[in-house]
Amino acid sequence: MLTRYDKYRKLKSGFMSALAVFCAILVVLPLILVFFYLLKMGVSSLSWDFITQLPKPAGEEGGGMANAIVGTLELMGLALVMGVPIGLLGGIYLAEYGGGKTNAWIRFGADVLNGVPSIVWGMVGYILAVVPMGGFSAFSGGLALAFIMVPLVLRTTEEVLVLVPSGYREAASALGIPRWKITYHIVLRTAFKGIVTGVLLALGRVAGETAPILFTALGSNVWNNSIKEPIAALPIQIYYYALSSFPDQNNQAWAGALVLIILVFLLSATVRFLTSRRSKI
Amino acid sequence: MNKFLIAGLLGLLTLSAQAADITLTGSGSTFVKPAMDKWADAYDKKGTGVKVTYAGGGSGTGQKNVQDGTVDFAGSDGPLSDAALAIARSKDNNILHLPVVAGAVVIIYNVPGVTNLKLDGATIANIYLGKITKWNDPAIASQNPDDKLPDADISTVHRSDGSGTTFIFTDYLSNVSADWKKNVGKATTVEWPGTGVGQSGSAGVAGQVQKTVGGIGYVELIYAANNKISYADIKNANGKYVTASLDSVSDALGTATIPADFRFSFVNAPGDTSYPISGVTWLMVPQHSKDAAKGAKLVEFLKWIYNDADAKKMAHDLNYAPIPDAVVKRVLTTIDTIK
Amino acid sequence: MSQTTTSPALPARAADMAEPSRLGNRLFEGLTFVSAMMIGVLFLLVAYVLIDGARLAMSQYGWEFLTNTHWNPVTDNYGALPFIFGTVVTSAIALIIAVPLSIGTAIFLTDLAPLRLRQPLTSIIEMLAAVPSVIWGLWGLFVLLPWLHDYPYTWVSKHLSGIPLVAGPIQGAGACIMSAGIIVAIMILPIVTSVSREILRSVPDLQREAAYGLGATRWEVTRIAVLSYARRGLMGAAVLGLGRALGETMAVTMVVGNSPKINASLLQPGWTLASVIANQFGEAATDIQRSVLFEIGLVLVCVTILVNIGALLLIKSIDGPGSRRA
Repeated sequence: MLTRYDKYRKLKSGFMSALAVFCAILVVLPLILVFFYLLKMGVSSLSWDFITQLPKPAGEEGGGMANAIVGTLELMGLALVMGVPIGLLGGIYLAEYGGGKTNAWIRFGADVLNGVPSIVWGMVGYILAVVPMGGFSAFSGGLALAFIMVPLVLRTTEEVLVLVPSGYREAASALGIPRWKITYHIVLRTAFKGIVTGVLLALGRVAGETAPILFTALGSNVWNNSIKEPIAALPIQIYYYALSSFPDQNNQAWAGALVLIILVFLLSATVRFLTSRRSKI
Repeated sequence: MNKFLIAGLLGLLTLSAQAADITLTGSGSTFVKPAMDKWADAYDKKGTGVKVTYAGGGSGTGQKNVQDGTVDFAGSDGPLSDAALAIARSKDNNILHLPVVAGAVVIIYNVPGVTNLKLDGATIANIYLGKITKWNDPAIASQNPDDKLPDADISTVHRSDGSGTTFIFTDYLSNVSADWKKNVGKATTVEWPGTGVGQSGSAGVAGQVQKTVGGIGYVELIYAANNKISYADIKNANGKYVTASLDSVSDALGTATIPADFRFSFVNAPGDTSYPISGVTWLMVPQHSKDAAKGAKLVEFLKWIYNDADAKKMAHDLNYAPIPDAVVKRVLTTIDTIK
Repeated sequence: MSQTTTSPALPARAADMAEPSRLGNRLFEGLTFVSAMMIGVLFLLVAYVLIDGARLAMSQYGWEFLTNTHWNPVTDNYGALPFIFGTVVTSAIALIIAVPLSIGTAIFLTDLAPLRLRQPLTSIIEMLAAVPSVIWGLWGLFVLLPWLHDYPYTWVSKHLSGIPLVAGPIQGAGACIMSAGIIVAIMILPIVTSVSREILRSVPDLQREAAYGLGATRWEVTRIAVLSYARRGLMGAAVLGLGRALGETMAVTMVVGNSPKINASLLQPGWTLASVIANQFGEAATDIQRSVLFEIGLVLVCVTILVNIGALLLIKSIDGPGSRRA
């Protein structure tokens, strides 16, 4: 028998559910709008040539962003190698070890670093890597991006690890398993998907960053041959082309942006697919 | 024995091919980037083995980079200040200024029914100072007797990002309006008086003007030409209304007095056909190269830009006004001093 | 040949437990400690670069820099107050819009959405994170601003013009603090949503089941069992979003109006600390100009610190069962 109060509760529940659906629609809406806008503006320039050719100078038809696509992947790889291990291990420390005070400071520091505008990381990279090396390079670009990734991955890893129920750890400990093995085999495995999410988010973020690599990797119109040379990247190309005085380049900017988000999507989908077997949740 | 010989020869060939592959890097003004990209592409295709990478990043960035030694050359819409040059010279790193192309700043507007607006410097200054607020103000109407100007507010748009275009524009306004010179001045960014909106890049300004009825703004000539945006005719120092074009910019450049170190401005130039709001872009090159081999290759590249007929045509086709031959001769002499 | 049916983790004899695992433990703890300390190293790096670069400006302007409202490169008269105002207000707007939306979406993704839709939807939201700032800016300029100007702003202008918070003639086709807040909200949605989703997903089913068992409705289950358990994690997600919001540059610069003025009204143009750096750095040609921009960066980091302290105090006052283990 339902009282009036119960009916009210049910109604409220239904209302909240509808609200949640509404929220989801609003969140996905901008992406759909932007995606279709990019399609409308850029699809005319998107072609096999676009993905495989080097940029042609202004005024010439055609050309592509092949080197920028490869460059972005290379920079993401460098940032991943330089940034993720540190962020991951740091997040583990915060979640599993350490004292209250130290951890509070580290957490605080990471949150502050997450608020530093990416242009400042570019400036740091310029002073720490470009000037000493005497030139712009893919290495300094990857470094600047790694700077951005570390606090991000650290915080997301920590947040996810903390939510692994302590029961898991205690049970393993009771079995006599050493602490580091508990962390590695059990806690990390359980939180694996969450950690991967954090890493993908960070990668997605740095994939689209312009300012930091502008000051460190410079950009390029040709293929990159060495980690010590400047390298092209999609965000830089997009930035110049979008603000360029040549409408053909403006169109290519939109196409480039389209390629960029598809690239990240593919990356994210692939990683998720590969990890879906291994995680327990 | 023969196999060894062939292998050795091949090895030598590959080595020399590798050795010939030199990368020169430059950064700075985005204005000159399309031309640099075109030149770099053509120069590479000639089989010289020299790859030139020019990034944008703004004249200020380029200036800093070339002073830091992190690029081989820079492009800049404004010259280095006396102070900066003094510091560079004291470090045995004199930076040469080589004017390479010239361009113009045009005034775009959005007034329904009006397609051929005429303005003079004082009027533009007063508009941006906030003294002239309506399109049918007598100052504007008297210059455009054939047009029916509406009783609408003028919405000014300016560049919010630091920009060489702003530098040339404010340089011109300082030249034609004592009021402007005293209260605002010239720089890549200024404190804009009155109400007005700032936007990023010529694209931002153009977009804003096109969306705002009664809007007025300033952009590079190349941008307006490529995007088919109409712009106003400006009255020059000789009292003639001139339409901005490569020719009118070159005419203005022809009348300028250019000092030995090539740092100069030629806004509001004399001459019947000169376009008054014009400026030049410099390539900044260190006089002493860090790396002798690279320095030599850079000098070859620079000479090619200034000498080669194809190179000049490329710039022309992209709507850049060329540097007059007399000046080019002087530039080449200066290039010879690079070691 | 001895046979053991124990897993490799269990040693055969108690004596074997002592040394190797302690060494393993020490090494591991040390390794993770060093990594965590990198945060301190990074912080020092940023502080060093900013302070060193700002030295010239700091000695020239002193504390007045924080209260000055001018921005004049011709007379070298600079002040940071309008930018501080802009940064704080746009970030506040962005959080107010984004956090409820993100949590609502996270609830949808973990509880209400059909199973097969969950992963694709999540991936779509992650794609949002990869859209470069400059594209958001251009889309904002060409698509969002005109729409905002023609519909909400004009309506507010007509009907609510009395309220100072939204007063004033709409300048420049909609470029204002509110627009910047909206664009930043869109940009932090992916990170806050994704992290919130992970947090909510990690809430043990036991919590939910217990609540259902007591007869709670769906919303009550979410509110009582899930949200309160995950409260701290969700706040962490919000702080991550805040971090992004404070430092957002390119997109903001296209829609905020770029006017170094302070206005009570949200529908007036403004400027933020991060976007003025991005705007001006490329063309800063004198040492003092560059130094001033470094100082702005320093001010931004200080503002970030202050805001994070505020968030921390807020979180501390809320204690949830999903808090850290001892």
